[in-house]
Amino acid sequence: MTERTPSPEADPQEATPGSPFWDLRLYVAGQTPRSVAALANLKRICDEHLAGKYRVEVVDLMANPALARSDQILAIPTLVRKLPAPARKIIGDLSQTERVLVGLDFQSRS
Amino acid sequence: MSRSAAETREAPAGSALVKAPTGIQGLDEVTGGGLPAGRPTLICGSAGCGKTLVALEFLVHGAVEFGEPGVFFAFEERPEELAQNVRSLGFDLEDLERRNLLVVDYVQIERSEIEETGEYDLEGLFLRLGFAIDSIGAKRVGLDTLETLFGNLGNEAILRAELRRLFRWLKDRGVTAVITAERGDGALTRYGLEEYVSDCVILLDNRVIDQVATRRLRIVKYRGSAHGTNEYPFLIDEGGLEVLPITAAGLQHSVSQERVSSGVPQLDAMLGGGYYRGSSVLVSGTAGSGKSSLAVHFAAAACRRGERVVYFAFEESRDQVVRNMSSIGIDLATPVAEGKLFFHASRPTLYGLEGHLALMHKKVREADPRVVIIDPIGTFLSVSNAMDVKSLLVRLMDFLKERQITTLFTSLTTPGASLEQTDVGISSLIDTWLLLRDFETGGERNRGLHILKSRGMRHSNQVREFLLTDHGIELVDVYLGPEGVLTGSARRYQEAREQSDSLVREQEIERRRRELDLKRQALEARVATLRTEFKMEEEQLERLLAEEGTSRERQAKERADITRSRQGGPIASKSSADLDRRSTR
Repeated sequence: MTERTPSPEADPQEATPGSPFWDLRLYVAGQTPRSVAALANLKRICDEHLAGKYRVEVVDLMANPALARSDQILAIPTLVRKLPAPARKIIGDLSQTERVLVGLDFQSRS
Repeated sequence: MSRSAAETREAPAGSALVKAPTGIQGLDEVTGGGLPAGRPTLICGSAGCGKTLVALEFLVHGAVEFGEPGVFFAFEERPEELAQNVRSLGFDLEDLERRNLLVVDYVQIERSEIEETGEYDLEGLFLRLGFAIDSIGAKRVGLDTLETLFGNLGNEAILRAELRRLFRWLKDRGVTAVITAERGDGALTRYGLEEYVSDCVILLDNRVIDQVATRRLRIVKYRGSAHGTNEYPFLIDEGGLEVLPITAAGLQHSVSQERVSSGVPQLDAMLGGGYYRGSSVLVSGTAGSGKSSLAVHFAAAACRRGERVVYFAFEESRDQVVRNMSSIGIDLATPVAEGKLFFHASRPTLYGLEGHLALMHKKVREADPRVVIIDPIGTFLSVSNAMDVKSLLVRLMDFLKERQITTLFTSLTTPGASLEQTDVGISSLIDTWLLLRDFETGGERNRGLHILKSRGMRHSNQVREFLLTDHGIELVDVYLGPEGVLTGSARRYQEAREQSDSLVREQEIERRRRELDLKRQALEARVATLRTEFKMEEEQLERLLAEEGTSRERQAKERADITRSRQGGPIASKSSADLDRRSTR
């Protein structure tokens, strides 16, 4: 069962045309403590820096293992920034906020 | 009782290690049947020594030949690159993928695209692997090269823990896995993967000695199984990978009582019928002593019997051999055209020793001959040392003997060295050893042949003179005189002298016979004369006697006449008749 839950804050239509919209996808494998922590960390960071300008999709590879191959996922959890381009990958439980910000390239764009 | 029987039956089956055949020529022999089934095997080696190919061949052969589909995880090469690289070796990966026999997954990790932000694991890899395995029911897995992860993921502690988990997981899944790893300095692998994979470790090596590269394979470890411990050379050619095991451990080839002609009738007579089928023959001698000619005779004789022959020439090209041998009346062009005689002429320096061995293996397997000629073996010394050459010949000979192929080697003995010593000291491997030598006498050089040894047959101890005529080789008896053996002109002179001697003797006898005849004639003449004389004397005597008789008769008559004239009585006439009778008697 794929868990594609857009976070409540996500609202692409309301995004200002000039500023970028963040389309993020978090790959997890079941409800492990690390996955839960990663999702919580992600929400916290996004709410702080990207309120209203992002969408998070959570993909459970346990339910849909074929996606691991097509999306080139190796480590769990992996956060993929699909938009804005270019795509970036961040692995780990997102506990190091600074590195997440660097990885998502938030600071320069927001 | 039935239970205990069942237990004893099960016990060996349970303890024996199940093996997954690799299908790689030679590797299954070395490993005693393949890699440990259901366990991971580590293939390590430096760059470009064929690790990927071993892993990939293991999967392809498994899928095609052993009904075991496979999953290949490429960490370095893209699937299309990989498919292209192995297409030249005859593997069509895309076709195998379409037939659900193979899954090739390219694991792309780019350090520059990845940011690490805390704890993670490699569950994604596990899921991918598991999914791929389940999708085709794979029994085999290849991971090439897992170590790429170390370069692209920073957290080594996590990686090591995950790899340990991966190998355990692979075992739990019951798949036979092949993991390739880069060779490290002073260690088998750069990141010490051997400490996780403890069941079977195979080391590949590509060594360059004297500018000639040789690939070698060694089984470092194989838990629970006997295995070859040597370094085995292997080859990568258009047919894929080929390991060349030394099967000398066995010495179990069957032997034949059948004799095959050497092509020289007189030599067959010396050997008591020819070489044994499947034996090894060495013809050694100095330069120009006729080694190749003898070899070619053997080859031509085999072709005449309708057998196939492979001739490895390392000094002359095919056309050169054919031309040269036509000068001594041996026609090689016909068997070549008929596809009975296969020439493989190459310079010894073209390949390394192992390359030559592999090539010879390959050609022999292709042509399936009954006779193989290697002319000469000494040239291998130019690419390697004597020990390696000997090892090559041991392996080659085992291979050939196993196939009951009669092999003739020629070997050049260097002037100055002992004639009975070959450069590579292979005499112990040789069944029949013919020695060709020069005799230098009376200002000329002549060839001689003798049998130094010939295992398992009565053979002549004679030295024969070896003549190269325009109708082939002829062996003639040499003359043994006070000065030693006589050959060439000396022999011919001796022959002529003996011939003239016997002529003289014949003439003498004839003369004596004539003399005797004359004597007999003279004797007979004398006997005739004597007989005539005797006859004459006899006749004379008879005449005398006759005359005597008549004169007595006349006297008696005269006396009777006288008496009658005196008395005239009849009594007197009666007595005169008595007298007559007496005189005639």
